[in-house]
Amino acid sequence: MTRLFAVMAMMMAAIAAQAEEVTTYTLDNGMEVVVIEDNRAPVVVHMLWYKVGSADEPAGTSGIAHFLEHLMFKGTAVLAPGEFSSVVAANGGTDNAFTSYDYTAYFQRVAADRLALMMQMESNRMNNLRLTAEDVRTERGVIIEERNQRTENEPNALAREQFRAALFQNHRYGVPIIGWKHEMEQLDMQDALDFYDLYYAPNNAILIVAGDVKPDEVLELAEQYYGVIPAEGQLPVRERPQEPPQRAERRITYVDARVSQPYLVRQYLAPERDPGAQTEAAALVYLAELLGGSPFTSALGQALQFDTQTAIYTNASYSGSWLDDATFSFAIVPAEGVTLSEAEEAMDQVISAFMEGEIDPARMESIRTQLRASEIYALDNVQGIAQRYGAALTQSLTVEDVQAWPEVLQAVTPEDIKEVAAKVFNRDQSVTGWVVSNEEEAR
Amino acid sequence: MLRILIALCLTVLATTARAEIDIKEVTSPGGINAWVVEEPSIPFVAIELRFQGGPVLDLPGKRGATNLMTGLLEEGAGDMSAQEFQTRLEDLAASIRFRASDDVISISARFLTENKEEVIGLLRQALIAPRFDQEALDRVRAQVLSSIASDAKDPNAISSAVFNAAAYGDHPYGSASEGTAESVSALTREDMIEAHRNALVRDRLYVSVVGDTTAEAIGGLLDDLLGDLPQEGPPLPGNVTYDLDGGITVVDFDTPQSVALLGQGGMKRDDEDFFAAVIVNRVLGAGGFESRLMTEVREKRGLTYGIRSYLVPRFHSEVMLGSVASSNETVAEAIEVTRNEWARMANEGMTAEELEVAKTYMTGEYPLRFDGNAEIAKIMVGMQMIGLTPDYVTNRNDFVEAVTLEDVNRVAAELLEPENLHFVVVGKPVGLEGTQ
Repeated sequence: MTRLFAVMAMMMAAIAAQAEEVTTYTLDNGMEVVVIEDNRAPVVVHMLWYKVGSADEPAGTSGIAHFLEHLMFKGTAVLAPGEFSSVVAANGGTDNAFTSYDYTAYFQRVAADRLALMMQMESNRMNNLRLTAEDVRTERGVIIEERNQRTENEPNALAREQFRAALFQNHRYGVPIIGWKHEMEQLDMQDALDFYDLYYAPNNAILIVAGDVKPDEVLELAEQYYGVIPAEGQLPVRERPQEPPQRAERRITYVDARVSQPYLVRQYLAPERDPGAQTEAAALVYLAELLGGSPFTSALGQALQFDTQTAIYTNASYSGSWLDDATFSFAIVPAEGVTLSEAEEAMDQVISAFMEGEIDPARMESIRTQLRASEIYALDNVQGIAQRYGAALTQSLTVEDVQAWPEVLQAVTPEDIKEVAAKVFNRDQSVTGWVVSNEEEAR
Repeated sequence: MLRILIALCLTVLATTARAEIDIKEVTSPGGINAWVVEEPSIPFVAIELRFQGGPVLDLPGKRGATNLMTGLLEEGAGDMSAQEFQTRLEDLAASIRFRASDDVISISARFLTENKEEVIGLLRQALIAPRFDQEALDRVRAQVLSSIASDAKDPNAISSAVFNAAAYGDHPYGSASEGTAESVSALTREDMIEAHRNALVRDRLYVSVVGDTTAEAIGGLLDDLLGDLPQEGPPLPGNVTYDLDGGITVVDFDTPQSVALLGQGGMKRDDEDFFAAVIVNRVLGAGGFESRLMTEVREKRGLTYGIRSYLVPRFHSEVMLGSVASSNETVAEAIEVTRNEWARMANEGMTAEELEVAKTYMTGEYPLRFDGNAEIAKIMVGMQMIGLTPDYVTNRNDFVEAVTLEDVNRVAAELLEPENLHFVVVGKPVGLEGTQ
């Protein structure tokens, strides 16, 4: 490949982080580069994140983002089918990829001196994918078996699919990442190539390199391999259909003979982390901990598992890592002899009592300490830190937002938590799901 | 008096990467041994403890006692109730996890350097003075019973249960370590005390520590942490020979995708051909996308999302297992292809190129495993349990390199027994009949 004498007018913003050493660049073609230095081991993680996921798919082609991710391991103009992974393995490395609602990412973990080879291959498949009809046919069989394994054979996964489909009335977060089975069966080469041609481009990608590397050397390699790929001029603005005002709560009973034990979930729409505005999300992290984090100390655990024997499992969970709406969820597995209605009522009583009562300052301080410590523990896993940046930057956050997040978490007050809780706990924006093995248990 | 026996600077050498880890072996004045890696760059410490035996020590009629006892170790100790104990741990931002698996109890602790003394004190209480309150026993028992009920409707768990029962019968390996609904329902507080007395003993204990501390400091606190445990426990069960005949067992279960577990006899970890067997297994079915099973069953035919084979050299028996899941309509074909690949490797062996690719991967990947304090601590405690010495991390790649094409092909022919492969298939497989 011939390199033109392009003028390297990089925007360079070297940001000295408190914890991890992070340097960012933007190449001329719009590709963002993030380098995280960690010299403890001679290893590098090379990740390429595309700002496209299942929630960006055209209607009727659910699963195409994930199907394309699989097909990316087939050949290119210069790589034979399967050669990519073989070369990584022959260099003692491991590689894989993952697709989510908001992003698709490819990564290799390998000795640091093999970084150039990884970039050479990864940049090659950004633009040169070659598929045959046979590749598409067999790999479609693979993704359908993947759906069988993850979903069709898993009653809990089938139930989750029903609940999300009901929670989101307009956004594609209600469509499973892996796709609806009837649409997956119809996915063809053209669907894959259309998606690929439009979205796989340097101006829609973020390169994250983490490990035993020097930022300027990474930049030089990135220029050499990724810098020469032209930007995609037709890249659409990323605006996905949003939720309308939701006006009525939804209730679902999912019946499946393979369910071993009845349980219930409640999911509410919730705000996500937004650029420069992460306080609500941070408060929701505390809310989940306070209500249903540890079974020993959370409000639900204490009331339903210790003070009474209403439940054998309680949980509240929240993640703010979404481009659009997040969810706040509860799950309760009732104890023997407790009906789902009784368990749900007990759960709602705990939520009401929480809203009316004072938040214990000792619990606040304990959660604050744990969040601060989790930043120290996180330093032990450089791939985890890389993933943090990749997810955030594909979900519209900035490096500054990522680095501010620990401080935003530390600054959360009880008032922040109560305020966001009052907003989130609106049953009109919720789904309550019962999962049972027969109608008898649905009471 | 504290002795630091060895302070070796062990370098994992590979064609692609060098990982340097300095394993210090330390023995406390009371005679407790530990492997320590000093890694001061991040202010926290990871401790891994292992007690060999675990659930295989369950007494007759008490299946599940050790598992339940292990689950209760985090439920209050000394003068602290479960909630008080856990509140203290959370306030210190520390975690201690207790887990029982087939024949080991694993304890993993992680804490900030500044909280070392206090967390070690809590861990000590949990190990030495667990309360086994009746309230906690009943609460955790309900969780275990829920898990047993869940396994009864999970195709993967069903396939393991049926396979193990057929292969091992009354030996502890023949049943799930969590026990049955009946056995667990009958367990008492006295059973917990007895299981604790039998399982947490010093002569089956292995310790490793990685992080912001020193071998000397660890050597100084081992006696305080673990010295009050009894020295010895009851004998371990005897070895059991795997002798399941080849064939197919179908377990009828109404689900769209059949799950197949396959197995045959394996190889002991200390067999001189073990590395050759690891390479055979890697090329056959453990090599990610590159293995023959993945190539034939997934890549060429699209019959599964994943298929793999693995060597399982357990303490009392050794097997080679595999698993594959495929639609009810296609699982028969997946099984046929699998059996054919098993036979092809047994009969024809692998090529020099396949051997070379496997070696390059294995030697290159090995140093990448030493990634993070807890990971290193887990590797080190695992090494101790199977009788390796610290210099293994230096020599391991040489063992891999020393394997010849002649070795792997001889071992493939000896190890792989396609006619003795037994498949347990859970689902509604089409065109597949059980053989008995």
